[in-house]
Amino acid sequence: MVAIDQKLRWKHLYNVLTRSGPFSDEDWVPGPETISTLESSKILVIGAGGLGCEILKNLALSGFKDIHVIDMDTIDISNLNRQFLFRQSDIGKPKAEVAAAFVEKRVKGVKITPYVGKIQDKDEDYYMQFKIVVCGLDSIEARRWINSTLVGMVDFENPESLKPIIDGGTEGFKGQARVILPTLSSCIECQLDMHAPRPAVPLCTIATIPRQPQHCIEWAHQIAWQEQRKDDTFDSDDLEHIGWIYNAALERARQFQIPGVTFQMTQGVVKNIIPAIASTNAVIAAATTSEALKIATSCNPYLENYMMYAGEEGVYTYTFEAEKKPDCPVCGNLARAMTVDPNMTLEAFIEALGERPEAQLKKPSMRTEEKTLYQRFPPQLEEQTRPNLKLKLSDLIADGQEIAVSDPAYTIDFRYRLDFS
Amino acid sequence: MTEAFPGALVGPSSKERKYDRQLRLWAASGQQALEEARVLLVNSDGPWGKQSTGVSGVVGVETLKNLVLPGIGGFTIVDPAMVTEPDLGVNFFLEEDSLGKSRAQETCRLLKELNPDVEGNSESKPVTELLQDPEFLPQFKLVLVSGPANKSTLITLSSAAKALGIPVLYTRSVGFYSTFSLQLPAVFPIVETHPDPESTQDLRLLNPWPELAATLASISNLETLDDHQHGHVPYILLLLHYLEKWKETHDGNVPSNYKEKTAFRDLVRSGARTANPEGGEENYDEAVAAVLKSLNPFTLRSSIREIFEMDECNNLTSETADFWLIASAIREFYTKHNVLPLPGSLPDMKAQSADYVSLQNIYKSKARKDMAEVIEVVRRLEAELSPRPAQIADKDIEVFCKNAAHIKVIHGRDLPQLNGEKYTVKAINNALGDPESLVSAFLGFDILDSIITDIQSGKQNEKALDSALAWEAGVDRVIQSLTLEASAAINEETKQRIVQRTQELRRTQGGELHNVSALTGGLVAQEALKVITRQYVPLDNTCVFDGIKSRSEMYRL
Repeated sequence: MVAIDQKLRWKHLYNVLTRSGPFSDEDWVPGPETISTLESSKILVIGAGGLGCEILKNLALSGFKDIHVIDMDTIDISNLNRQFLFRQSDIGKPKAEVAAAFVEKRVKGVKITPYVGKIQDKDEDYYMQFKIVVCGLDSIEARRWINSTLVGMVDFENPESLKPIIDGGTEGFKGQARVILPTLSSCIECQLDMHAPRPAVPLCTIATIPRQPQHCIEWAHQIAWQEQRKDDTFDSDDLEHIGWIYNAALERARQFQIPGVTFQMTQGVVKNIIPAIASTNAVIAAATTSEALKIATSCNPYLENYMMYAGEEGVYTYTFEAEKKPDCPVCGNLARAMTVDPNMTLEAFIEALGERPEAQLKKPSMRTEEKTLYQRFPPQLEEQTRPNLKLKLSDLIADGQEIAVSDPAYTIDFRYRLDFS
Repeated sequence: MTEAFPGALVGPSSKERKYDRQLRLWAASGQQALEEARVLLVNSDGPWGKQSTGVSGVVGVETLKNLVLPGIGGFTIVDPAMVTEPDLGVNFFLEEDSLGKSRAQETCRLLKELNPDVEGNSESKPVTELLQDPEFLPQFKLVLVSGPANKSTLITLSSAAKALGIPVLYTRSVGFYSTFSLQLPAVFPIVETHPDPESTQDLRLLNPWPELAATLASISNLETLDDHQHGHVPYILLLLHYLEKWKETHDGNVPSNYKEKTAFRDLVRSGARTANPEGGEENYDEAVAAVLKSLNPFTLRSSIREIFEMDECNNLTSETADFWLIASAIREFYTKHNVLPLPGSLPDMKAQSADYVSLQNIYKSKARKDMAEVIEVVRRLEAELSPRPAQIADKDIEVFCKNAAHIKVIHGRDLPQLNGEKYTVKAINNALGDPESLVSAFLGFDILDSIITDIQSGKQNEKALDSALAWEAGVDRVIQSLTLEASAAINEETKQRIVQRTQELRRTQGGELHNVSALTGGLVAQEALKVITRQYVPLDNTCVFDGIKSRSEMYRL
């Protein structure tokens, strides 16, 4: 094999690292030191899916040499329309390993270390080794976890403990990219209400008065399966299971004369499928890695701090600075204010926390400074606090009182101040 | 019954499974259009002076990646360049062994690996040579050109494509900036624009047709309904009911302005029963929320009126495209009824299943009736214009009727050139009024094209790429072409902003950065998909991306 002249190979990249531009910082010193800083920067990529594949490719071609990637998933046939590092023959293999091996083989000189597992498997020591964390995730829960972990790691005595997070997300023709400097700028939790979950269909609609094909599918999924196949653990990847749900939904739709149940829709509802295409992933992934290059080298100023993109009608982007919130449960010091109906039962309040855009906590336990309101674990405590569920909020707390909410998905407590409406 | 699950489930095919996530965006019809399309990528056009081409063509290759993955029918890469070391630093679809080989062949080979359903081939000859063959260009549905490009090649190629009605995307990516322009035919109609479902609701509550009005009889006893029934009356019926009440006290008029609508909303709200544990009724909440957005008389959007007034819609011939024939039939429908065909969809609302389904059927059957009327007109027009190649499918007329209020016709323009074209000059001058405008980067790219043209024609050597003199001359030329009109002037501040952008372009000597090209390849592929599937709304006609600030702008130039 011929030895490739590295200077020639990286000619275009080195041009922006060794020459200042009209917008680069006046104090920035371009040159070989910038290049070696970049090459020695250890960077973590979370997710090796639609965004992750693109992110790995882009980082390797941006001069990063030491890249780590975490993903717990294996490759599915429906990934192949966009996750371009995977082939038909890779189906069933772990994404992180296949993606890492592919990019290492294609871009000589880059080292990519895969980890097949969950981000929650790793501790602070692990995350401390990286200079930058780039996220290409499809779950809000995972984003919130890494965000609170990295915010919690910031030690003001040690500047190295501050790990910039660059986060991307897509849905269909839309997406967003954002830069977070933990404790210094708006964090993922500050922006939580910008990514509100779709409201769930009320259970009574599903159980008694379906009107839409989706209601029939939800019925089959949430009710019929429990009633008729409770011994089988439902697996949304098992075609026989999906087929059963589809037929049950069809039958229910027939009874209520509701048209429109299809197999594709059944899969979509049950697996909560979000449309995804290669082009949107390319845009968002490259937006994140462009920021990674700028942050690692200072060759140009980085994004402050949020870009959204929508491609349905022409090319639309909106770039703005999301605000850091003093009452952010993760990076602020104040409890987040929440207006509640004092006549609401604690049970209804707990249910609402799952859907309220500013909370989105599915399994909360909560207490005031003096007493535990509801605690899911251990069982004795659950039993003890269960009667509170039927009580009204006004019987349990005072107007304006603060509560601390914990949820098994997160390591931190969320503080809310409940103001009666 | 559910226990009797059939052994052999007819699930999705493996192709449907592979493309599942995109079929949810453009459906089988969009996929079919994609699979029937072949695209041409012209990824470089000869050497730059003594050096091999300076066009890395990464935007082009990344765009193709994003089209090969979703299953475009085929592609052809035209690229006379040989693979050099700098290519390996920016292009993912090359490997070390590719060095010295044909770049067209190597990128084609590695792109084809992405999807066995896609056919790909490569040509190492310059495109101007290939254009000599009259059969060459017509096989493509879209042409992608990677710049910076020699102006004469670009003009030859884009005019040839224009003559054949083939859209062209011209892309340039240098350092942290990129730009691309889309040349569409002068008339580019789109039926499935996929507007936000919220904005497409058309319920006709102010002027209900007889069958809808007749449903009111079912709640003539609204006040005496039991709580359960009262809380499940669909909000559409509630609104119709209270409209009748309102008319009784308002000389038969419906609420027409904001003040009246607010009063009407209070009237609706006052009908809700509150002596229940919830302290209200969900169906009434829905009715109250719908007052402002649903109680508007039907008006024809001006964009649709313009389409109806176009020559294509009024002077039909036997060669008229299906779109215009259907549009003409719908215009006739509108002239007769003063409304467009009803789309027929009904939002979900609190209601008993049977009540909702019967209301839904009223909307659907009205939509079917309207469609039948349109079909009849289409058939009559077809007969009048016969012979026509083939009868228009009912399905196409149905899709058109459903989308009638949101169809769009883009008046495509040529690739923008700074050749004194008044419209373009005016648009650029307007944009330059905004100090933040990225149009100055677009001008920087135009200067770069001129420098490349000079290098390729031997007027300058390749050192011009990093010569302050050459760039300054370019800035002066651009300013001159923008100020031909006596009224136009460009102040020193604006000039300095253009100079600043050119400095960033000079920084990489015309070279691409992978991130910016990958991002641009995503944007360009998105536009290509919209043009090929004829769904959603493509760019009209130029986009500039700024990777420094991570933002983009659109201009019609």
